[in-house]
Amino acid sequence: MSEPLNVPTMDEYMAKGESPEILFWVGCAGSFDDRAKKITKAIVKILNHAQVKFAVLGTEESCSGDPAKRAGNEFLFQMQAMTNINVMNGYEVKRIVTGCPHCFNTLKNEYPALGGSYEVVHHTQLLQELLDSGRIKIEGGSFKGKKITFHDPCYLGRANDVYEAPRSVMINLDAELVEMKRSKANGLCCGAGGAQMFKEAEKGNKEVNIERSEEALALNPDVIAVGCPFCNTMMTDGVKHFNKENSVKVLDVAELIAQANDL
Amino acid sequence: MISSFIFILLFSGGAIFFTINALKVRRNILLGKDINRKDQFSARLKIMTLVALGQKKMFERPIPAILHLFLYAAFVITQIELIEIVLDGSIGNHRMFRPLLGGFYTFMVSFIEILSVLAFIGTVAFLSRRNLLKVPRLVKNELNGWPKMDANLILISEIVLICFIFMMNGADEVLYSMGVSHAQNLGDGTLGLSISSYLGPILFGGMAEHSLHIIERIGWWGHIVMVLGFLNYLPYSKHFHILLAFPNVFYSNLNPKGQFTNMESVTNEVKAIFDPSFIPPLADPNVTMRFGAKDVTDLSWKQLLDAYTCTECGRCTSACPANITGKLLSPRKIMMDTRDRLMEVGKNIDSNKGEFKDDGKSLVGNYITPEELWACTSCNACVQECPVNIDPLSIIMDMRRYVVMEESAAPSELNGMFTNIENNGAPWQFAQADRLNWKND
Repeated sequence: MSEPLNVPTMDEYMAKGESPEILFWVGCAGSFDDRAKKITKAIVKILNHAQVKFAVLGTEESCSGDPAKRAGNEFLFQMQAMTNINVMNGYEVKRIVTGCPHCFNTLKNEYPALGGSYEVVHHTQLLQELLDSGRIKIEGGSFKGKKITFHDPCYLGRANDVYEAPRSVMINLDAELVEMKRSKANGLCCGAGGAQMFKEAEKGNKEVNIERSEEALALNPDVIAVGCPFCNTMMTDGVKHFNKENSVKVLDVAELIAQANDL
Repeated sequence: MISSFIFILLFSGGAIFFTINALKVRRNILLGKDINRKDQFSARLKIMTLVALGQKKMFERPIPAILHLFLYAAFVITQIELIEIVLDGSIGNHRMFRPLLGGFYTFMVSFIEILSVLAFIGTVAFLSRRNLLKVPRLVKNELNGWPKMDANLILISEIVLICFIFMMNGADEVLYSMGVSHAQNLGDGTLGLSISSYLGPILFGGMAEHSLHIIERIGWWGHIVMVLGFLNYLPYSKHFHILLAFPNVFYSNLNPKGQFTNMESVTNEVKAIFDPSFIPPLADPNVTMRFGAKDVTDLSWKQLLDAYTCTECGRCTSACPANITGKLLSPRKIMMDTRDRLMEVGKNIDSNKGEFKDDGKSLVGNYITPEELWACTSCNACVQECPVNIDPLSIIMDMRRYVVMEESAAPSELNGMFTNIENNGAPWQFAQADRLNWKND
């Protein structure tokens, strides 16, 4: 069923003297983390299926600098940002889709002050666009009647007020969408943001991802949907903590759409 | 008249003392670094109308919101009556607006009385929520001692204030019906006040005229003394939010919450690295250059205004993932510490002829520990929650910047992450050359 992925680079486009409609910013997790790489591939499958002319930076991509900035290392952040901006401005990038809300936030909000102004969308926003314009359709549906709850990523939701895109994409799955008590603007963090992903948590009486997974599992969902590779890790660990990994899946919205379409 | 003289003395004394203290608060706030929040006037006016005046974010939690609305409405509307009280007191009149406004006067004072009863209910409910029900966010550790006392003092004095209002109006109703009130007799037999025309006879009916006049005067003077006392208590209390909420919301951050500030000083250095011909603008020699915030004077005036505006309601802390899971961090404590330290710095300036004398203390270290700072997930829940748009996260981030860029004291795992980004362009130890390998996995 699976065709080989078509992943052109900006470099290849330039060699042909063409430019893609959109740059797919993969991000570090999407490039290196084994779980997140599957999300990256799901996004690519959808882009291929919808015949979107996209490209990646490939080996020219570097960390957006988000974890450095949130950890207080502004100098390292700006070094990263300016390096990336030089590359992207060199390719005259206009529009970017990211697979990670942290890259999304940083590129969209924090790069302009450093000379990098682009139209940046999160992959769930692009999915909504592709559905709205009919470039992808969701037919049949292995998720029909399944119970799905969406965990809002902080850097997509509160940080940028994007709450509806992932939900309106998932409506097409014909599934039962249920909300956690703490959702949208009141959503609870998974515990990974602000560079927490890269360090041990401070002393407390519980891990944040356990608190959040508990809340999600209380709804007895079939799927906990996420829109961020770091939330994915945290929620997956949380589900394992409660020994529910066989009955509850943690999947990115892109994976849901790709699987529903048998891509 | 002697009473007019005493009144004018008292009133102007109260007003002057308040002005002096309010100006001190302003001076303290302006110790902060400059930041431009004077743009987008109409957007700011709109957000102030919705969030401060309209209490929009309060209604995320309906029960306290309604109780709070009672007090808020009573407070705002009562100011109209206060105009009459001030004029009466200065000129030696009594209820001078009544003959002028007629039925509207009765309506207005009656409305105030109904709001006062609602405010009374609200205040009692608030006292019970703090002291009997012990609502978790209202009994956290950082409230022990003075903050708890401060909260209760405010609520109790509101109850006393309301009692004075009903002593004043209730006794006056009885006096008026006896035809001996100092208010101009319009031959209508009653002042017609919604609550006091019933409550007055119940409480004070049958009492001697002389005693009634004394009760009425105690109520009247008690009321104005409480108002002036309250006004002057504000600059020392968390209750300053009743005034500062408005400017604080007006000067809100209008950018997306995920957008953290860009450090211009760093940008100049980085630009110079990328482009050797770039000449950074000369630094102001009068300003100590520091990366991030070590002390309150490294923060912006808006962050300091935030600190004075915080009324310690704890919605931020109750939504904070770190706090919920038992970590030391409490965004409310960040705001309380910032104000406490700022007030300490202000006192230091006052007692050293207008110059700050180094006291060997700072906000980071003496008030806020790195453990608190590193527990933050930067999730913006605290910012989202605050009913008056206070931003504790920006203070946490500025202090992290200080800890990392000035003290090089990041947790060791984070230093490892920095090194990886520097060397490999990723927070993990993977080579940049392998970045597209996923394609063929």
